[in-house]
Amino acid sequence: MKVGGAARGLAALAGAALAWLVAAVAPADEVRGRHVAYPAVVPGHLLEFPRDFGAHPDFRTEWWYATGWLESAEGETLGFQVTFFRTRPDVPQDNPSGFAARQLIIAHAALSDPARGRLWHEQRIARASHGLAGAAEGDTDVWLDRWRLRRDGGRYLARVAGEQLSFELALEPTQPPMLNGDAGFSRKGREPGSASYYYSLPHLAVTGEVARDGRRVAVTGEAWLDQEWSTALLDREATGWDWIGINLDDGGALMAFRLRDASGGSHWAAGSWRRPDGTLVTFGPDEVEFIPGRRWRSPRTGIEFPVEWRVRAGALDLELLPLMDDQESDSRYTTGAVYWEGAVRARSADREVGRGYLELTGYGEPLRLPGSSPP
Amino acid sequence: MSATGTVLRAVALARLREQPLRLLATVAAISLGVALATAVFLINAGALNEFGLAARKLVGEADLIVRGSRAGFDESVFVELAGQPGVREASPALELEVAPLGETSALRVLAIDPFRAAWVQPELVAGLAPRLLDLLEPDTIVLSAAAARELGLGAGDRLELRAGTSEYVLKVLDVMPEAAYPQRLGVMDIATAQAAFGRLGLVNRVDLRLEPGADRERLRERLAELLPDGVSAQTPDVERNRAAEVTRAYRVNLNMLAMVALLTGAFLVFSTQALAVLRRRTSLGLMRALGATRGQVELALTAEGAALGAAGAITGVLLGQLIASVALAKLGGDLGGGYFEASSLAAKPQPGILAAFFLIGTAVAALGAWAPARDAARVEPARALKAGDAERAMDRVRPAWPGLLLFGAGAVAAWLPPVGGLPLFGYASVALLLLGGLLLVPAFAARVLALLPRPRKVALGTAVAQLKGSAGLAGVSLAAIIVSFSLMVAMAIMVYSFRESFEHWLNEVLPADVHLRVGSASDTANWSSGDQAIIAATEGVARVRFQRQQPVLFDPARPPVALLAREVGEDGEGLPLVRGADARLPDGAAQAWISEAMVDLHGLEVGETFDLPLAGKTWRMAVAGVWRDYGHTAGAIVVDRAWYIAATGDAAASEGAIWLAPGADVETVIARIRSRFERGETLQVASGSAVKEISMQIFDRAFAVTYLLEAVAVAIGLAGVAFAFSSQALARRAEFGMLRHVGMLRRQVIAMLAGEGAMLGALGVAYGLALGGVLSLVLVYVINRQSFNWSIDLAVPWLQLGALAALLVSAAAVTAMASGRAATSDSAVRAVREDW
Repeated sequence: MKVGGAARGLAALAGAALAWLVAAVAPADEVRGRHVAYPAVVPGHLLEFPRDFGAHPDFRTEWWYATGWLESAEGETLGFQVTFFRTRPDVPQDNPSGFAARQLIIAHAALSDPARGRLWHEQRIARASHGLAGAAEGDTDVWLDRWRLRRDGGRYLARVAGEQLSFELALEPTQPPMLNGDAGFSRKGREPGSASYYYSLPHLAVTGEVARDGRRVAVTGEAWLDQEWSTALLDREATGWDWIGINLDDGGALMAFRLRDASGGSHWAAGSWRRPDGTLVTFGPDEVEFIPGRRWRSPRTGIEFPVEWRVRAGALDLELLPLMDDQESDSRYTTGAVYWEGAVRARSADREVGRGYLELTGYGEPLRLPGSSPP
Repeated sequence: MSATGTVLRAVALARLREQPLRLLATVAAISLGVALATAVFLINAGALNEFGLAARKLVGEADLIVRGSRAGFDESVFVELAGQPGVREASPALELEVAPLGETSALRVLAIDPFRAAWVQPELVAGLAPRLLDLLEPDTIVLSAAAARELGLGAGDRLELRAGTSEYVLKVLDVMPEAAYPQRLGVMDIATAQAAFGRLGLVNRVDLRLEPGADRERLRERLAELLPDGVSAQTPDVERNRAAEVTRAYRVNLNMLAMVALLTGAFLVFSTQALAVLRRRTSLGLMRALGATRGQVELALTAEGAALGAAGAITGVLLGQLIASVALAKLGGDLGGGYFEASSLAAKPQPGILAAFFLIGTAVAALGAWAPARDAARVEPARALKAGDAERAMDRVRPAWPGLLLFGAGAVAAWLPPVGGLPLFGYASVALLLLGGLLLVPAFAARVLALLPRPRKVALGTAVAQLKGSAGLAGVSLAAIIVSFSLMVAMAIMVYSFRESFEHWLNEVLPADVHLRVGSASDTANWSSGDQAIIAATEGVARVRFQRQQPVLFDPARPPVALLAREVGEDGEGLPLVRGADARLPDGAAQAWISEAMVDLHGLEVGETFDLPLAGKTWRMAVAGVWRDYGHTAGAIVVDRAWYIAATGDAAASEGAIWLAPGADVETVIARIRSRFERGETLQVASGSAVKEISMQIFDRAFAVTYLLEAVAVAIGLAGVAFAFSSQALARRAEFGMLRHVGMLRRQVIAMLAGEGAMLGALGVAYGLALGGVLSLVLVYVINRQSFNWSIDLAVPWLQLGALAALLVSAAAVTAMASGRAATSDSAVRAVREDW
């Protein structure tokens, strides 16, 4: 089948690139590749907006990650995810060719549709060249052929144009950026270099259209947007991570993540909780706890993902229940880059207190790919 | 048990008991014919399958393929295409032939943006996936399994190439799995290739996938207006056909040759069965007298033929499978013809095809047995039981008109044009002429034998008398000789003519003392103007003529033609011209000399003008002459190099021809030239005579299969002769006994048989020579021309033919003698008594 064939080729690609992009090992200071010296992520750097809404092309890796819950005009409850990755491969910078792959842009989009029972999923990858793909500095504008995420007049416009799945969404911020970690310096491990610059935009008001197989429907909802850039994200020991971003019903927001080691235990963890009054509480490794609950086994990849969780972060104690079990991003033709990214409800004392997204990576194989090991 | 079964058993068992060796030989002959047909078919199918598979992998899921000449067009065209409404995906590519150092054949390189190609060639990209990001590293390449095998390289090795005259080294990152691409291919990142091969800003192919529901034809028309000159959008069908077109005629020809072998085998069945039936006329008559019906006898005899056929066919298909496997492994899918990139093809057993050939072999044998079976069954039992009836059976007057009619039809078919680029009427012509010729044999034999004088010598005199008296029987024996010999003669004349023409042509196109190329014919290995000056200034070099060769997409629907920019005299001097321009050429058009294929394939003629896409522009050219070219089947255009340089600014050269100063030594000059360049030892510099020698070797290799088929046809023909005589000799034991009774010595009887054999052989050879000569005309002027679009001059290998004729005649005499010896070993008394 046409679509299947292309998707297979693409899945291979995207998976390879994705794995490569997170599988960076962190030395202390500056990260020196064979051809490129990437700037290190250091504490004390002041994030400035809108400048830092834009791309940071010197760093190895960057992403804009929008997730959220939607209600369709037909009364369906849907989850959506659209991500643009930017990565700077470690290749010589002196090839004068217009096709020289100095930057790659990768885009993923998924729609959690309980009626379908599994994700609608699309992915694309291209080198930033000839104006067909790129990530602008100065303010958010990242595009890949007909896909695009850009900030326009304070709101974000997201466009996804896949073979089966398309979006046209406007995401309107209702709160200022929430700087994670130490004023946006977010540590990811015990090694000091494992860190990123990271902020979140919770409680975005969403309006727009979603099309599945050409069937269009108007939607409204609430979303969450992360932007994160770094050079060395994972410690050597880290094999994957669990992450949540929850818009709490009281107007508050919780972001929490933990990195797992090979034994499945926590290697590192952190979180940010913005109270309804706007005050920010940040959590260190000892204050965040991810306790896996019910597991679901993917019929496609055979991978078992814990799809229900209990997450404790400071005084918060949330129970997470998925919108549907099968929210696996299906990249079965790759080795390792199969992940679960899905809409979840947050409950506390048997009462729903918020909605958001849960991301589970590295459950199949460690997030590394043979042949594309980092320098 | 049924009555038919009883008859069948009686017939078959009697035969088997009588002549196990003969039966074995007949089975072997059928087996050989079926084996050859099966093998050639399997080899062709394998090669074609691989070829088609490769084309399909490269076309992938593209809806339209935008192509220009190999030199390429601006990459902004790709950007523009990507933004066209209706276009979903656009994948840019640079397809090049590069020259690996020290290799004789070029390596095809597909430089792509894998991220975009994933939408169009997903399988190919999936083959790269493990090393995909490493491919972004500079100077890296991934090889197909076939390329890695042939270049002897593996992951981590260095692939040394010629770029210009200097060396360029790529690192082999990985070898793709066999399934990703079946032929020789290297895959590179487009940015790497642009930088490495001096093609910055250029691509030469863009694959498009369209939005679902987009109107492909309308988009194609719209793109036609948008694309630069010489660049056009084609559908994948066109692309695939173009790939297959190159080899189609060659493949069809091979299949036809194989069918000839099968046909010869079938004919052998006919002649042995015909003779066997004659010989057993008496016993068959007895069976009829004992109550077997006409239908039962006919069925039994036909079934016997079918059984022989089945036995031959089953061993034949197995042998064919074996031959195909070995040939593919050793020679490649083109059997050394140089058409396909050699690679390891596995001749997978295909039960359906094997079964089909088994059935064909059996059916053809049954058919061969049926005609004599019908004759035998028709005869009144009482007559058949009489002695000497065998000859009378053959004496029924055979009218000459069906033969003449077929022969005439064959002659007419030779004048008809090709069908879809294939000489189908040519083949029909050969078949009709052959069949017509065979039908005329009895009439011919009767007339010629009637004219023979009667020698004095007893043995010879008796021989002539015997032949004269049994012209009909002689005709059957002759037919076997004639079929094989005439086909052999036709093929021998065709190949010899081609070889002579080719050699003559080589002398014309390779006139110089030394010929040089940077590497294998490729897009990257070229002599710059600086290099050319160095060569010209080398001591001992009197004159150099450089040539720039490149493929141009003359008609997007057909394979690219070769454009040769070289020094040409005013009237095409130095070219092997077939005809020049008599009339004045149109003004404002540059002169071009086209190969015969351009006439046949593109309908051009001397004095006409055509548009040549070159360097992003279209040039008006006038055909100043037509030349013979055996180098480029798809067609070639020669233009003056000075004009070419002025038009394109491209002063590079791909080949050069050097005339030495008086007294200069070829080897010394070659060594001097090599020493002037980096890795000079890998430059392809050779004396004119060496190049010619190599070319002739390649020619002979390409025709090796033809020689093989010829040899088999001869073997089958000789077997036919042997059978004919031995069965006759056995049938005539009574006659020999009688001759001995009337006083002839055994020696004389044998001499008589030798004489008969020699005379029949000579007759068959003469007739075969004439018929073969006629067939060769069709092969040379119709089939060759229509298949390959080049002319060859008829040349007859008298010496070869004479030797073969002598061989055949003496073989006939010897086998006749041998069988006579066997037949006369019985005592004369017993032999005579047997008749009663």
